[in-house]
Amino acid sequence: MFRDAWLVTKKDLLIEIRSRIVINQIAPYTLLILVLFGFALDADTETLRDTGPGLFWVSTLLVAILAIQRSVDIETSDSAIDRLMLSGISPTSIYIGKTIGLYIQLIILEVMLFIVMVVLFDMSVESYPLIIASAILTTLAISSSGTLYGVIASGLGVRETLLPVLFLPVLAPAIIGATRAFGDAFGRVSSDGWAWLGLLSVIAIVYTLVGMLTYGNILEDT
Amino acid sequence: MSTVINLDQSIVFLGQFPALTGVTMSIDQGEIVLIKGPNGAGKSTLLHLCAGLLPMRSGTGTVLNFDLQRQRMELRPHIGLLGHRTGLYPDLTVKENMKFWASAYGSNDNEIDKAMAFFGLSGRLESVRSQNLSEGQRRRTAFALLLIKRPSIWLLDEPYAGLDDNGRELVNSCILQAVEAGTTVLIASHQINNIGKSDQRTLQVKGGRITIEPEEPSKGDDHVS
Repeated sequence: MFRDAWLVTKKDLLIEIRSRIVINQIAPYTLLILVLFGFALDADTETLRDTGPGLFWVSTLLVAILAIQRSVDIETSDSAIDRLMLSGISPTSIYIGKTIGLYIQLIILEVMLFIVMVVLFDMSVESYPLIIASAILTTLAISSSGTLYGVIASGLGVRETLLPVLFLPVLAPAIIGATRAFGDAFGRVSSDGWAWLGLLSVIAIVYTLVGMLTYGNILEDT
Repeated sequence: MSTVINLDQSIVFLGQFPALTGVTMSIDQGEIVLIKGPNGAGKSTLLHLCAGLLPMRSGTGTVLNFDLQRQRMELRPHIGLLGHRTGLYPDLTVKENMKFWASAYGSNDNEIDKAMAFFGLSGRLESVRSQNLSEGQRRRTAFALLLIKRPSIWLLDEPYAGLDDNGRELVNSCILQAVEAGTTVLIASHQINNIGKSDQRTLQVKGGRITIEPEEPSKGDDHVS
């Protein structure tokens, strides 16, 4: 199962290396969002520092939608998904492979976003381990649910408009937890950021398990 | 010869639309069967049903002894389907597409090289992204993928679309070699009446069901080459 999943992951990453959609188109969009938030909230760095953790995760969610749509497009643009289903690779392996591929791309985007935010908003980090742990778990929640909802929206034939409506509410609890954890890591809120990691862990694990169990059935119906 | 496809009153819906309204047919191993019919008759749906990609609403059916109601997942690895679209990744080169699918099918580099050479994809075309190929070249690549998968049944939907005369000859030759080796081939096409094998059958699909199943082979019909 994991050999096949890794095969799918490698293929998705190779396609990204060839097409450079994420690096050349989605990454600049990410950075633009952050800059526009800066303009919208005025150049008051104190306000930007307070809202920075929330802005980071909202920006990440917006670009995740694009990355998810791209991940689905790879399989549907020339009906490669039919060939995948006929190949003998199990739906669970396809799901895991595509989730890992999306995860790696989102982590790269988040690192870029993080660096720009710290520099642009003049923020200082108090706990890197908390930043890294919450990013790892939240990104898993985003990529696991995104892979699932991407194929659901694709099957309904209105992917571009429906995906955000389905996807964003599901991620709301994860974004609340991630924002609190980041706020603590940046020293901007008094809450215990590590306590929020428990919630993030549960969300990430549940979303991944639900995806693994249901992806095949959803793929059959699309 | 053993029966590899057996459908009895098979009904398939696409959404709310009954695309197949009670298909009954039986196909033996090693047969070439041409499926003809007007646009929207249900030819592609019939091929997708036989591939295990569409569920049956009612009726019974087996393909390679796999029950189409309960064992579609198990059936799929044994099927080669070439649809209207080629199923290639546009951003990958011909060789990268071949290598990915070969890994998925468990085929080796030697099989890749042989299939690519057979369809004239070796050399310069290897490193061309599939999005930059012509329609005919994409078709050839899709056929090369069929070869490396080695399926027991080939389901070909308009396989000659976009191919030049040389491409059609290659495809015909490839199909005949596969049939010699015991592969069963179903071809849905407007463009051919005869593939060059005397004991082929022709099925007529209309309104989602088989309307004619000629007893006599279609000798003397147009032969695409």
